[in-house]
Amino acid sequence: MNGLYLIAHLAGRTVAIAAEQVESVVDIGQVTPVPRASRGVRGLAALRSRVVTVIDSYAMLGLAAPETGSRRAVVTRVEGHHYAMMVDALEDVAIFEQQPLTGGMSFDGEWARAARGVVTRDGEPILVLDLTALLPVMAEAA
Amino acid sequence: MVARRELTPRGAMDDLLQEFIAETRETLEALAGEIVAWEADPADRARLDAIFRFVHTVKGSCGFLDLPRLARLSHAAEDVLAAVRDGTRPADTALVSAVLAIVDRIGEIVEAIDAGRGLDDSGEELLIAALDVDAAPAVVFAPQAANTPQRAPTRSVRLSVDLLDRMMSGMSDMVLARNELARRMRDGSPDPASDAALERLSLTVAEMRETVTRTRMQTIDALFSALPRMVRDTAAGLGKIVHLSIEGSDVELDREMIEMMRDPLVHIIRNSIDHGIESPDVRRAAGKPETGRLTVTARQSGNRIVIEIVDDGAGIDIERVIAKLSAGGARDARELRALPEQAKMALVFEPGLTTKDQVTEVSGRGVGMDVVKSNIEHIGGRIELDNAPGRGLRIAIHVPLTLSIMSTIVLGVGDQRFALPRQSIEEIDAVSAEAIRIDRLGDGMVATVRGRRLPLVDLGRLLGNGRDVEDIGAMLAIVGVANGSFALAVDHVLDAEELVVKPAAPAVMAAGIYGGQTLPDTGEPMLLLDASGIAAAAGLKFEHVMAALAATEVVEEKGVSALLFVDLDDVRRAVPLAIVDRVENVVAGAIRFVGGQLRLTADGGIVPVVAQGSVDRRGGVAVLRLTDGESSVAYAIAEACDIVTLPLEIATVAVPGIVAGVAMVDGEPIELIDPHWLFGTYGAADAPAVPPLCLFVSDGSGWMGNVLKPVLEAAGYRVATADTGETPAVVLAMEEDAEVLGTLAPVVRLRRARDGGTESIYRYDRDGLVAALAAAGGRR
Repeated sequence: MNGLYLIAHLAGRTVAIAAEQVESVVDIGQVTPVPRASRGVRGLAALRSRVVTVIDSYAMLGLAAPETGSRRAVVTRVEGHHYAMMVDALEDVAIFEQQPLTGGMSFDGEWARAARGVVTRDGEPILVLDLTALLPVMAEAA
Repeated sequence: MVARRELTPRGAMDDLLQEFIAETRETLEALAGEIVAWEADPADRARLDAIFRFVHTVKGSCGFLDLPRLARLSHAAEDVLAAVRDGTRPADTALVSAVLAIVDRIGEIVEAIDAGRGLDDSGEELLIAALDVDAAPAVVFAPQAANTPQRAPTRSVRLSVDLLDRMMSGMSDMVLARNELARRMRDGSPDPASDAALERLSLTVAEMRETVTRTRMQTIDALFSALPRMVRDTAAGLGKIVHLSIEGSDVELDREMIEMMRDPLVHIIRNSIDHGIESPDVRRAAGKPETGRLTVTARQSGNRIVIEIVDDGAGIDIERVIAKLSAGGARDARELRALPEQAKMALVFEPGLTTKDQVTEVSGRGVGMDVVKSNIEHIGGRIELDNAPGRGLRIAIHVPLTLSIMSTIVLGVGDQRFALPRQSIEEIDAVSAEAIRIDRLGDGMVATVRGRRLPLVDLGRLLGNGRDVEDIGAMLAIVGVANGSFALAVDHVLDAEELVVKPAAPAVMAAGIYGGQTLPDTGEPMLLLDASGIAAAAGLKFEHVMAALAATEVVEEKGVSALLFVDLDDVRRAVPLAIVDRVENVVAGAIRFVGGQLRLTADGGIVPVVAQGSVDRRGGVAVLRLTDGESSVAYAIAEACDIVTLPLEIATVAVPGIVAGVAMVDGEPIELIDPHWLFGTYGAADAPAVPPLCLFVSDGSGWMGNVLKPVLEAAGYRVATADTGETPAVVLAMEEDAEVLGTLAPVVRLRRARDGGTESIYRYDRDGLVAALAAAGGRR
């Protein structure tokens, strides 16, 4: 199954994000904190006239955020709300064939929830991440 | 397999099909009222034509779109309707019901096509067979006159809401860009030409913003057009006869707001029919017409919309409500009975209350008025009840014009700003103010504001700034929530702002203390706080109505709260807050000089107006609606300023007049309005322009006409001894008279004996009689 993927870097790892999940790629400005919000909510940021919820992708994957604070983010839209998912850096967009995760590959905790498959770029396997799986799970949605 | 194909549209026909679905849905909505009107009066040719056109259009489109099922149904209905049009068949009840069933079915199929799911086609043969001349008549509905207005074609286009939203967000972008530009220009060198250009741009942008906001408005007809059908079905299901009249369908409201109003309105109307309006025989026994009346009206009042639902049913039986509430043992019946009238009415909104002993299909499933109330409050509205036991109930829902623009107060905590809806704030005080006392109580804090003890929540600490319990913010906002109030300590109170509030992401809302997010002109996102969420997060629990009342009773300790305002003659004056019912803006046209005095026409009544200067005829006028509990007076002002606490020492003036005295407020002498003089002078003149009508019945001996008439006329009534067609304000009858039939007016009964019960009044007890008439609804 061929599809368009955005290649990004997240905590030093290379990941692929299905293009249909990506609305835009932005540099976020000042973030307004949201006290008492769920884990993984970094705050709110203004993107032109729109307010987006900034998601700390690192925290959602159980990682520490890199010290050199990157402002890059991938904007995705889920159920009418816009989320900016923080990443280290972005590469390009290309067509890849997604392969299923084979039995041998297993991941822990958060990664297991977000991993969808693998694409191969010049022999290098790249994990396909599902951005919606990185959103904080809300009690209300249940 | 025909049906299967019909329900899975595909290919190039999709667009046409979507258009057909949208159109049919729209026509069906508009048709709902027509159908009921037609049923009430099958001879109404205009209505018949409207329905005929509908089935005809559906039939035409079906052939083209290859939808054989719909084609068959609409064809059958068209044939029958054509026969009615030709006069070869009468439009009897059976026929009307059969046509209605087909119209309903068409609606169901269209919805199924849109959702892409299958719909069982069994029973359709029966629907068609029911159209037959020999078909057995189904349920019988009582005929009633309906006055649903005919629709005129409107000059409009269909737009998707999505497009409007995009337009709105583009508009916000433009405002932000304008602000940015203005900031840069202020920093740079001043250039008059550029300034003028920016000024023009700002004006255009502001105008544009208003226009775009208006595109989101929709007439409330979108909400009302479905009511005739709903009322008809509900009433028929319960074996009741209800006449519905609708007024104010052209009032405009934000389309989102209309959606939010739908459920509460449906719930209230169902309640009215199920619990309020009695069955025909009960009504007959009570001396009422068999047909119950239900009136739904909408009107705009300032920046709010008022929707009223009035029925002439049994009203709310407070005793029953109390019995229900105390039955569980949670509440003490005696205590509840001791509550003031207003608080007793509020019991209707207690959770889980249902006064119906049996659960009916229509209502009484335990989802009660509490849900309706909280839904309405959620959108920034409030609900009022006006109960007349045995005579009916009036429910008024007040909601803001738009959901998205909210009037807020911006608060600062640390270096972050938050908005709090203005309507939830009762007052704002500095912690250092004299009237305020802060104490540590157990592990929490309490604030005593002018003798009123309130739990204190420090917003900074709640948000996790880690400061010590006693280290609270410098400002206190007294915040009202459903069952009580609390003091919210913040660092700064910054500004009042009108904000466009949008829902925040679920992950943000999960915090439980936010109501939404907004992007103010600074370009930095801001969160809207939710007062009841804060109370819950801080673990505040408010007791029932009783405790809340007890708390408000200790308010009067020292100094009276007063509203400071700038009068029309530019003098700052103050009026005791207790007599201020509300401050509102009225259009200047509503104030007229009639009967030797300025009078304000509002809420269907006339109120005398006090003005200390000339009322500006252009634009709006701010008025204070003052009330002493009975009469009310409107006081025209330039603007309301602040709520202040008056000192105890007041220098009184020698001559009685509108000014009672002078008090020092913040080092400035302020004239105080004398409410006693005000109501004494103006309130007494509170007679309606047309005196209320008092109807005498059974005046066989002429006693009423000869003896009583002069007394009543002196008391300000017009008197009639026979039904003039006008609904009287009150009806007077002798004790022994039979039931007074056919009137909605309250009845006062007289007795011949000096002593007797409280049911009637001794006929020569002049004061008692006048008081009873006034209480029954004559002179207010």
